[in-house]
Formats: sequence, C-alpha cells, structure tokens
Amino acid sequence: MTQGGFAFDLCGRNDYLERRGIKPPRFTKTGTTIAGLIFKDGVVLGADTRSTSDTTVADKNCEKIHYIAPNIYCCGAGTAADTENVTGMISSSLELHRYATGRSSRVITALTMLKTHLFKYQGHVSAALVLGGVDFNGPHLFTVYPHGSTDSLPYCTMGSGSLNAMAVFEDGYKEDLTKEEGMELVARAIRSGIYNDLGSGSNVDLCIITKDGVEYLRNYQRLQDKTYERQFPVKYSVGTAPVVREKVYKLGVDVLVVEGEPEEAMDTS
Amino acid sequence: MDHLRAHADALEAELSQEVSLGTTIMAATFDGGVVLGADSRTSTGNYIANRVTDKLTQLTDRVYVCRSGSAADTQAISAYVQFYLHQHQMELNDKILVKTAATLATKLVYTNKEMLQAGLIVAGYDSRKGGQVYAVPLGGTLVKVPFSVGGSGSAYIYGFCDRNWRPGMSEADCEAFVKKAVGLALSRDGSSGGCIRTVVITKDGVRRSFLPNDKIPPSYGNLSFQGRTAMPVD
Repeated sequence: MTQGGFAFDLCGRNDYLERRGIKPPRFTKTGTTIAGLIFKDGVVLGADTRSTSDTTVADKNCEKIHYIAPNIYCCGAGTAADTENVTGMISSSLELHRYATGRSSRVITALTMLKTHLFKYQGHVSAALVLGGVDFNGPHLFTVYPHGSTDSLPYCTMGSGSLNAMAVFEDGYKEDLTKEEGMELVARAIRSGIYNDLGSGSNVDLCIITKDGVEYLRNYQRLQDKTYERQFPVKYSVGTAPVVREKVYKLGVDVLVVEGEPEEAMDTS
Repeated sequence: MDHLRAHADALEAELSQEVSLGTTIMAATFDGGVVLGADSRTSTGNYIANRVTDKLTQLTDRVYVCRSGSAADTQAISAYVQFYLHQHQMELNDKILVKTAATLATKLVYTNKEMLQAGLIVAGYDSRKGGQVYAVPLGGTLVKVPFSVGGSGSAYIYGFCDRNWRPGMSEADCEAFVKKAVGLALSRDGSSGGCIRTVVITKDGVRRSFLPNDKIPPSYGNLSFQGRTAMPVD
C-alpha cells in the first residue's frame, strides 16, 4: 500500500546513534568578524574571509558580504548555508518587488523581511547579520540576530570576533567620518578580529555604499598570504641535470621502411 | 591551543544565545497623562549587544509600550499590535483607546504563551480615561494599574515606587520620579544599565527625553563619577 507524507524512521536511528556516542556531522560555520558603520555620506561594511568547519578552516578566502539590492548589502555570520540562502531569498523577493513597484528598494523593507523570516524559524535559521545600505531616506545600518530581533546603530559588529571589533569601534568611532577614515576604522576592526579571534582569519573585504553607488573591495587587505608560492608544473631550466655519460645501443631487429602505396588498398566504403 | 579553543567555543555559545532585555522598565500615571521609562541595555549572555537600545516603542499616536524579555519576541508582538491598531484606526476614524492596544497585546501574549517570553507595559493617553497604564506580564494577564515596574531591575525599586508615587502628581514630578526610580534600578541591577529613556504622553502630544549615562545623578552609596561626589537620594 502506498502512503504519502514523510517517513521519520531515520530520526529513531539517528537518536540511537547519538545515544551510543556517535557525533552527528557539524555544519560549516563562519566563525566570523563582521562590522559596519555609518559615515558622512554612506555606510562601510567589512568582513573577514575565513570559513570554518569545527576546528578546520574550510575556506581561506570566502565571501561574507552578500548582495541584497543594488543599494543594499549584508554581512553574514553563523551557519554559512543559512546566511547565504536567507540573503539570497530576500534579494530575490526585493528584485521582484522593484519590478512590481518601479522604485528602488529600501533598507527597512529588507530588514522587515529578514526579521519576519528569522522569527518564524525561532532561531533555527542561524544567521546573524549586519545589514547596510543607502536609500531614499539616507544611510541605514542594522544588526539582525538569529531569533529575529534587530537593532539600529551608527556602528555595529557581529560574529565570534565582534568583541574585538567593537573594542576598536568604541575607541575610534566619531560622527561624520570621511570615507577614508571610515574605511580605515572598519578595516582596523576586522583586522583585530582576524588577529585575535580563532574563528576569524585571512583577508579583509570591504563594501562602501553611498547614494552615488557601491564600491565592493574584495580582498581590500590580504593579511595571511604565503611568503612563497610553489610553481606548478615545476619548470626546470635547460642544463639543471647535466649529461654525465652517453651510450647508443643498436636495436636487435632492423626495421625496413619501404616508400610507396600499400600493397592492398584499405576498404573505406 | 586547547584552552583557547574552549574559550572560543564558550564565546560562540554565549553569542548565539537569545538576545534578551535584562531590563528595568516602568510607567506611571499623573494628572493628565503618563510617563514611561526604561534603561537602554540589551544583552546576550554576558555581552552587551546594544547599550543605547530603545525599549519604549510607539504603538499609535498616543500609546507606547515598554518591552522586557526576549528582544525578538517583544519586537514581533509590537509589530503585530502596530499593524492591527493601524487597521483599526482606519476603520474607527478616531483616536485609539489605550485599553484597545493593551487588550490586543494580551491576546497575542496569552494565546502564544508557550512560545513567548514577553513582559510588557502598555501606557498612553486617550480622551475617555486620560493617562492609563496596563501591565501585561509573562502569562498574559491584563491589569490596569496606576503605575507599574517590570524587568529584572524592577525588584530593586518596588519599595521606592510604593513609597514615592502619589496620585495627582504634576508632569514634572512624575518624570523626575520615573527617572530616579530607573536610575536606582540600573545602578543595582547588573542586567540593566546604559542610559535612561523616558516618554511623556499627554493630551497635547508626546515628548521624549534621553539621559546619557554620565548625566545620571549618582545616588548615595555609589562611586562618584568624573569628580562628582556621591549625593544622597533625596
């Protein structure tokens, strides 16, 4: 007899295995430093580029600043799959919304969509975000927590390196920073996460959003490049291995090469 | 390396905890309106996620709510109440009653009590009953009170409020009372802190005020701040 719906048989098996002390596989987390601030005429977002799976670095140069709309970007911390998909979903809905309304997206719309989605999943969608953008009403910056609560702040940090980054912000932030000062402060905040937090590492990505456009600076600073890069394939210069001795052997069988047509023509029909 | 890893794990566990408003909130009626007050601390475990939080959320023109408990839950509830009241206002074509807002809040809190961690104080002004305060605690009961305190910091100031609140206070006296009470609570409660925000609602409108941390008058027993000497409470 055929039956519809889900089979939950494997839940019992998984439960049994877990009781026997077998650890289920862990998700890839982005133990992360992400940060953002509002400056004189826009927002600067920043992120490190390390992605970890338990204690292993899964990706040394991943992208954590996600596209939401042409004027809105979003840094993600938490489970990599969740941050990627939740930002992707909201960016799709916003694009359709722009086609329907013929107006550019507002940051508060993205925020509301994100928080309602995350609240609905009661913290199981583990995405901690820093959302920034410039719209009709000016620059905006928000943090979004996995349970769906949000804060509106002039400068904010998220992820395992948030304490390090916030220390830098609390020391260096002031109102009406120039673009260059803002970029330097965010980069410094991310660097303090990269250097002092185990979950963060590699490079600094920046994204500067103003009313005139977006500058996405991928690998703005490369901090942990190798000092020596191995070449592949390895190229040896001529003469690397000197010829010490030379000896020519004569083969046992003579091969006779006869010129002209073959004796029987091949049938190619 | 192991102890670093353990530290990082503990940090991660703490940061991924639910964001909650370990809080001091209160609202008090006076002759002609209400004053709402709150501290500004939002914490995740030991970490202060936001030190300038606004826990006084507008529901309608003349009705506000003080939020305590889970930040996510109380923001969601406020958003729903705002939405329903907006629709109600369009149909009613009149000023919303404070009781209507409070009833809506209780409905949401009571029917979803297993899912939510939210302690609210709904307060505002309407022309029918003047300034009113409604307490909506965890289980979702609705109590009309002359003044109410809530959140973890409230335990420290019940006595102070019982002693110092009087019916028929002036606006200025009531605002001073609220600021003093919240100030006392946040100096004793570790989960409360930051600045003091107040909202005064009367028939004439809404007035917000913000008291930065370094401008909160120190009470007797506190350390002096930046050269100011500790002063007795009164």
